[in-house]
Amino acid sequence: MENERIPVNVPLMAELASRGEHPEYLFWVGCAGAFDDRYRKVTQAFTRILTHCGVSFAVLGPEETCTGDPARRAGNEMLFQMQAMMNISTFSNYNIRKIITICPHCFNTFKNEYPDLGGRYEVVHHTQFLRDLMDQGILNLDPSIFSDKRIVFHDPCYLGRGNGEYEAPRVLLNRISPALTEMPRNKSKALCCGAGGAQMFKEAEKGTKEVFMERTEEALGTGAEIIATACPFCMTMLTDGLKYSNRQEDMKNYDIAELVADTLGL
Amino acid sequence: MTIKSLIFLLVLLITLGIFAWTMRRVFGFFRLTKPAFKADRIPERLLLTLKVAIGQSKILRMPVSGILHALVFWGFMVITVGSIEMVIDGLANTHRALGFLGPVYDFITGSGDIMAWVVLLSILIFLVRRLFLKVKRFKGVEMKPVSKYDANMALSIIGLLMVSLIGLNLGYLGLDGKEGAYPLTPYLLPSIEKWNAHQVLALHEISWWSHILLIFAFANILPYSKHFHVFMSLPNVFLSRLEPLGYLPNMEAVMNEVKLMMDPSAAPAAAGTEVGRFGVKDVEDTHWKNYLDALTCTECGRCTSVCPANITGKLLSPRKIFIDLRARMKAKGPGLLKEGPGFDDQQSLVGDYISAEELWACTTCNACAQECPLNINHPTLIVDMRRYLVMEEAAAPSGLNAMFTNIENNGAPWQYSPEDRLRWAEGLSIKVKAS
Repeated sequence: MENERIPVNVPLMAELASRGEHPEYLFWVGCAGAFDDRYRKVTQAFTRILTHCGVSFAVLGPEETCTGDPARRAGNEMLFQMQAMMNISTFSNYNIRKIITICPHCFNTFKNEYPDLGGRYEVVHHTQFLRDLMDQGILNLDPSIFSDKRIVFHDPCYLGRGNGEYEAPRVLLNRISPALTEMPRNKSKALCCGAGGAQMFKEAEKGTKEVFMERTEEALGTGAEIIATACPFCMTMLTDGLKYSNRQEDMKNYDIAELVADTLGL
Repeated sequence: MTIKSLIFLLVLLITLGIFAWTMRRVFGFFRLTKPAFKADRIPERLLLTLKVAIGQSKILRMPVSGILHALVFWGFMVITVGSIEMVIDGLANTHRALGFLGPVYDFITGSGDIMAWVVLLSILIFLVRRLFLKVKRFKGVEMKPVSKYDANMALSIIGLLMVSLIGLNLGYLGLDGKEGAYPLTPYLLPSIEKWNAHQVLALHEISWWSHILLIFAFANILPYSKHFHVFMSLPNVFLSRLEPLGYLPNMEAVMNEVKLMMDPSAAPAAAGTEVGRFGVKDVEDTHWKNYLDALTCTECGRCTSVCPANITGKLLSPRKIFIDLRARMKAKGPGLLKEGPGFDDQQSLVGDYISAEELWACTTCNACAQECPLNINHPTLIVDMRRYLVMEEAAAPSGLNAMFTNIENNGAPWQYSPEDRLRWAEGLSIKVKAS
């Protein structure tokens, strides 16, 4: 049996609507998923999984715009609300009810903060969505691909502490690698990567160390070969951390969606 | 009424009087604060209080100091029943007024006797730790010497409370008291077996009076110290914010403006009402829960010890935010109450107490709020102060201003065109098994 590659046509919400079709999910790509070179690979991996599993979804493409989260956390409430109302109006146009995000910040904002402005949706983070697919028997993960690799998971603050989701990523990773390991500070005690609260977009204040170096060192201390993340900002920070400590060969940083896509042979 | 109960009544009235005066002063400042969320969902709140406050679930996240604290707390709960009996005895000149409860009384006194020893032991460990061990959590710019004296004084008073309670139980047993059960203190009886009846009676009376007077004094010292949490912890946990930690509250005043901007035909909802200041500059901009959090903070420093900014040497210390708020309210509150909103002492919480550098170092990771044993919420107040800096002072760091401009111009925090949002999909392919 030969494997071949076929092109994926990513369904666009506007095109589906013009044909009178209504997908079940909006896949919210997010700014990093659309523009960050590294995180685009995560977007692609996740899209392959959605296609592979036959999920009914579409993306907004050029109609997508920032959720407003970084503006809100940086204190610019006016800008946040303008972004939020624009998005809510776009979602209403397409009668969107269910949203999948590949960013815990987008996830948190849609789930917890848009309701105050009248936008109520069923919001899932991609690790939760993948966990559900696995539970339904739709995702058949091959545990042999990463069986010799030790994986450590870094909890994104807005998935973990922010929304209490510690298990979905771990359920997936446990299936992928029997040697899932933990950092000393994990789950609700996990240390931030340093990018949250709009830190991603500014210089750090004066201190003795970068937060991402502190976290990278903790991850390296576990001796794992892979550090799995589930957030574009965490990925940027930890990838930088590995680069600055010259340990890129010892530890690789992947999003859970990439590991799942690899495990599926996509 | 006997002389003893007359004196007791007088002391009790003075105690309650001072306490009421203090409470009026401390709680009067709530009038200066803004409204926040409603304290609805009562059953959920009761469960939370049971788990976090009574069950000590969050303080036990640090197991060693956690279990010691939990033992002191549970000990206090048990011993308080005995203290209530002492007040009844003092007023009515009775002896062991609750003695008629029989087996229940055995349980009350029995557990009280055991817990007196347990609390005394825990307090001694705490004191040794405070005096002789270097605990990083107890250090920091915000930790003034007064915090240290405060802690050592509170521990000493609690220690003396337990010593006097044990003395009281010992004296009672020495006087052949028949009510109640005392599992541990009888082991001390040999030490007083040579004492005559007067000496034993003196031990009992001195212990009784010192114990109750220490309680009265302690109750009036607490509101002036960080140990006010003895009173505030239960209400503060009960009044916790119930939303997920990731949630930031919506600013209604901004919403009304944005709605008008996006749909000019909409009726201005807040027409005629004064918008006021955006965000938090000073104490009068905070809401009641911020101030309640400030009164509740025990300065334990669990928040600061897990703060990524603080761990990596930045100025921010979440504990300092609430120490500053409490101090600022004490400084400005009286003037505001006396002279009204126009009162100005040429200082403010943001700027003079808390610097912008501290505020901008926060990653809003919520580790502080997660760790706080009493559910104090730091990040929300920090963002409220950032809201003031950005919306009133336009004083954001340059990187953030660039991010704002990018979002305004091209709908992304970086300078990319919306037209390129689908670039990632170009040439995307998937491997399929050929049939």
